[in-house]
Amino acid sequence: MVVNIRKLPDKPYIMPGNAACPGCPETMGLRYVKMALGDNVVLVIPAGCSSVIQGIAPRSGINFPILNIVFAAAASAASGMKAAFEQQGKDVHVVVWAGDGGTGDIGFQALSGAAERDEDIIYICVDNEAYMNTGIQRSSLTPYGAWTTTTWTGKKEHKKNVPAILISHGVKYVATASVGYPADFIEKLQRASKIRGFRYIHLLAPCPIGWRFDPGLTAKVAQLAVQTGLFPLYEYINGVFRLSPIARRYKDPKKRVPVTEYLKLQGRYKHLLNKPEEIRKIEEYIENTWRLIEALEKTFTEEGGRGEQVFRAL
Amino acid sequence: MARIEPAETLFLAPLSRPAPGSAGRTGTWRVVKPVVDLDKCTGCMLCWLYCPENTILKTGEGKVRIDYEYCKGCGVCANVCPFHAIEMVVEG
Ligand SMILES: Cc1ncc(C[n+]2csc(CCOP(=O)(O)OP(=O)(O)O)c2C)c(N)n1
Ligand code: SF4
Ligand code: SF4
Ligand code: SF4
Repeated sequence: MVVNIRKLPDKPYIMPGNAACPGCPETMGLRYVKMALGDNVVLVIPAGCSSVIQGIAPRSGINFPILNIVFAAAASAASGMKAAFEQQGKDVHVVVWAGDGGTGDIGFQALSGAAERDEDIIYICVDNEAYMNTGIQRSSLTPYGAWTTTTWTGKKEHKKNVPAILISHGVKYVATASVGYPADFIEKLQRASKIRGFRYIHLLAPCPIGWRFDPGLTAKVAQLAVQTGLFPLYEYINGVFRLSPIARRYKDPKKRVPVTEYLKLQGRYKHLLNKPEEIRKIEEYIENTWRLIEALEKTFTEEGGRGEQVFRAL
Repeated sequence: MARIEPAETLFLAPLSRPAPGSAGRTGTWRVVKPVVDLDKCTGCMLCWLYCPENTILKTGEGKVRIDYEYCKGCGVCANVCPFHAIEMVVEG
C-alpha cells in the first residue's frame, strides 16, 4: 500500500481559524487521521491541547464528531461507545486521541484495561512529550534532559516506552509514527483500520511552544527525531514485528544523523548542549532503544517470511 | 420525572458544530506571511499535506494559494516545499 498525496481527500478536517498555536503538530496529525479513515470516525478526547483547539462554543475547530471526556476515562468511554455502535449495527471507527500525559500517566489504567480486553478501538497517543495545555509540565514521556516548567534543570529520568508496554499486552496492532512522515502515518492508520480488536498508534508530535523551536520547523524536528535514531518507526501486527521502510536505514548507527543536530534546534535542550556527558546519556538511550528493537525483531519474526505476508495482506 | 424530548436534549447538550473561525480571524496572528511563487511551484502538494491549519488551498491549475484570512504564518509550508517556491515575508 502506497499513499498517493494527490489522491488524498481534500476536505477541511481541521477548520481554519481554530485555537491551536502556529505550527501545531496536533492539528497536523488530526488531518491525517481523517485523510486515512474517512468520515466514519468518532473521536474521544481527554483533556489536553486538542480539547482547547476545538475553540469556543458554538463553533468547533475540529471537523469530527467528538466526545470530550475526563482523563481517566478515555479508553473506557471509547470501549462503551464502540459497544453501543455495535448494538445499533453501525460500523464506526472509535478513535481515542490522547496526549502523552493522558496516555502514559493519568489515563493509563483505562488504556491498559481496554488493551487487555481487546476492545475494538484505535487508540492514538499524540506525544508532545509534556503536559502542554497546562503550561509544559513534565510527564513520564518527557525525555531525559529536557527542560519543562517542572524540570528546570532538565528531566532526570528517561522517557517511558509506552508502545513497548502495549506490545507486552499482546494486542493486535501497535505502531509508532511521526507527524514528519504523514504518508507513513496514513498508511499505518489504513492498515490498522482493517484489523479488528485493540490497535495502538504512538504519534510523535513535536510542539514548538513546549520544545522551544521555530514553529516553521515542526515537520523538520519530527523527521530528525527519526533520523537520529531517537524515535524508531515500526509496526507490530498479530505477533509480527517490522521496522517501517523509512526507518530501516537508521538501524545502522553510521547512517544516523548526530543527535546534537536534533537537540540544538530546541530551546528545551539549550542548557545541555555544551555538556558532553549529558549528550552521551542521550546517545546511550538511542543505543538501548535499538537494542530493544533488535530483540523485538528477533522475537516477533517467524520463519518463512510470515512477517511480509502479514503486512502485504493488509 | 418529566420526560425530556430528544429535541430538547439536543438543545440542552453542550454541542458545538465545526465552523471556520472558532478562535476568530487567526490571520491577524501573523507576523510573517507565506507568498507562493507560482512559477516555481510544481503542484507537488507537500505544503498542502503539512499545513497544520488547512489554509493551503488547491487551485484549478493544480497549484496552491493561501487562505490569508486564517493562515497563522507558522512557516511550515515554506520549510517543506522542495522547490523553495514559498517565501515568508514580513507583514506590513
Ligand atoms: C484529572 C485531571 N487532572 C488535571 C487536569 C488539568 N489538565 C488539563 S489538560 C492537561 C494537560 C494534558 O497533557 P497531555 O495529555 O500531555 O496533552 P497535551 O495538552 O500535551 O496535548 C492537564 C494536566 C485535568 N483536566 N484533569
Ligand atoms: S502547545 Fe503545542 S500541542 Fe498544544 S496547541 Fe500549542 S503547538 Fe499545539
Ligand atoms: S510544496 Fe512548493 S512546489 Fe509543492 S505545491 Fe507547495 S508551493 Fe508548490
Ligand atoms: S504559514 Fe503555516 S498556516 Fe500559513 S499556509 Fe503555511 S503552513 Fe499553513
